[in-house]
Amino acid sequence: MIVGAIGLIYGFIAAPETVEEVKEMMASHGEHGEEATDHAEKVNVEQLPGGNNAALHTDEENHTNSDSMNTEANQTATASDSTETETNHDASASEEDTTATATHAQGNMAHEDHEEGAAAVHGEDHDGGEAHGAEAEHGDEHYEHILQQLQNKPWAALYVAAFFFFMISLGVMAFYAVQYAAQAGWSPVLFRVMEAITAYLLPGGLIVFLLLVLSGLQLNHLFIWMDPDIVAHDEIIQNKTAFLNVPFFLIRAAIYLGGWCFFRYLMVKNSRKLDNADVDDLYYFKKNFKLAAGFLVFFIVTESMMSWDWIMSLDPHWFSTLFGWFVFASLFVSGITTIAIISIYLKSRGYLEFVNDSHIHDLAKFMFGMSIFWTYLWFSQFMLIWYSNIPEEVVYFIQRIEDYQLPFFGMLATNFLLPVLLLMNSDYKRVNWFVIMTGLILLFGHYINIYVLVMPATVGESWFIGIPEISALLFFTGLFVFIVFSALTKAPLLVSRNPFIEESKHYHY
Amino acid sequence: MASKVIHALYNDDDLLLQAVKQIREGRYHIGEIYTPFPVHGLDKAMGLATTRIAIASFMYGIVGLGVAVAMMNFIMIEDWPQDIGGKPSFSYIQNMPAFVPIMFELTVFFAAHLMVITFYMRSKLWPFKKAENPDLRTTDDMFLVEIDASHHDVNDLTNFLYDTGAAEINLIEK
Repeated sequence: MIVGAIGLIYGFIAAPETVEEVKEMMASHGEHGEEATDHAEKVNVEQLPGGNNAALHTDEENHTNSDSMNTEANQTATASDSTETETNHDASASEEDTTATATHAQGNMAHEDHEEGAAAVHGEDHDGGEAHGAEAEHGDEHYEHILQQLQNKPWAALYVAAFFFFMISLGVMAFYAVQYAAQAGWSPVLFRVMEAITAYLLPGGLIVFLLLVLSGLQLNHLFIWMDPDIVAHDEIIQNKTAFLNVPFFLIRAAIYLGGWCFFRYLMVKNSRKLDNADVDDLYYFKKNFKLAAGFLVFFIVTESMMSWDWIMSLDPHWFSTLFGWFVFASLFVSGITTIAIISIYLKSRGYLEFVNDSHIHDLAKFMFGMSIFWTYLWFSQFMLIWYSNIPEEVVYFIQRIEDYQLPFFGMLATNFLLPVLLLMNSDYKRVNWFVIMTGLILLFGHYINIYVLVMPATVGESWFIGIPEISALLFFTGLFVFIVFSALTKAPLLVSRNPFIEESKHYHY
Repeated sequence: MASKVIHALYNDDDLLLQAVKQIREGRYHIGEIYTPFPVHGLDKAMGLATTRIAIASFMYGIVGLGVAVAMMNFIMIEDWPQDIGGKPSFSYIQNMPAFVPIMFELTVFFAAHLMVITFYMRSKLWPFKKAENPDLRTTDDMFLVEIDASHHDVNDLTNFLYDTGAAEINLIEK
């Protein structure tokens, strides 16, 4: 317990550091901007190495934290017998509750689910009677089970935050490509903001990939199908091993990430070259148009598979055919919200004087519409499974409703009700602070969305938003803001020579 | 008291917009404008109050939602509880997900239909109503501005309108 507390304090110390870093960064950026732009670039180049080191340092710290927390969880587990039995009691009590209230079949399913998460060797073979009779034996297993869940917790917290910020950047990349492919006339003034946010794609992607590799190396139990002991006793997963095996999984992840980053690299490079192109030379613009179309085709296939791989396979028994769309809706709306927030922030600092209220209005319309789209998919998935009530599908929601009631339904308020009511009025979409507040609610809601997608499969009922979650979130916020804002300084904030730039500047709704 | 109005016809929408601005700057009162198609920005140029139909639509939507909830509660829960697929049939809230599509549809239905009806009532349109169109050419390619001429010198006004680019100017005694 004590060692655990120290670990948590470590996490606590690490977190404010990143926040301060963010504040410092914002402040320093604010100062630089008031000077001449070339000067600002210079200062930033100087500033970069130091800042980077700091970020890396905290990264390591965080990692060691989560590692140490794992071992600590182990130690505390073996250390105090009294707490052991206590947790045991609690667990079995709650278990009885669920079996009592749920129907017999559901109880059984819930059991299975627990066993999967626990990596216990308890198979599918037990029937309801056995499950009840084995309640006493379950003591040790439950204890082990909760231990595993707690061991998973910092990993899962790290994974949720890492994926969340990666997803924002990916959503912005998709939005950027849509603007090019649609030859949108309103948005080119925002291109540099979008390009800067996609700068996080590579580092964010590498972090997620690193986490997946660590999972593949059995350092954690996020993905239970990676554990040969479980697969040996699980026929359903055995049937899926042709797709769900560690090497192929990592190869796929590398293809997705490599493809996205490659497209991002080419498009941003062309966009920079377009700045220096001759008047009426549309070569790079046309090239980007084709790249954007290509990216969108590649993206929608790989994004869908990414969502199966990285999120849906956490629950390897469960499947949903619209899952890719669901994750897409979440990443798209988070990305657009981030564009709006960063644009408004930069505008308030006087950098984006060419962005007018009509641009913000359009972004807010997207936020509004995509929130409804997200809810539509959420509800489509939920209602069909709720209505048909097929055990193998419905366990997914039973677990979320029983153990995660507040975040699961609270999400509907933050991701649907509040944005819809707040952004419904046309005039409110032009009030910048209003869009920021709604945007923050939306981003929080979509973090919770990812949390509820990942946590039940990895942590089960022993979830709470603790130090690991908050510090991971703060750490990635710091990293994200650092990378995005330093990318913003690397190019003029307004694209030139884009054929639509004049239209965009005078855009008026 | 016989009122006099002047009908000034224009043959281009950009010209019309310019003219409307000049007429308003000249402190003349525009009664109505007839155009063959909606002219973007004309409402602002005329200084019309912004529409409140969005607020009405929101309230209609709320009414529709309320009707849907009351209706489904009466039909499916109170009057004749229906057991479909073993879903809880004695509690509205537990059965709510099944009713969401209906709640959504009726919200949209009420908002849309009542909004159209409101629009007809506000613009005084109903079946078999005779057209108020003063000049048939406004259904083809002409834009007609009706200006109140009762308190103005007709010659001055005519010259003024001619300068704004009117293609034809008629004095109408009502």
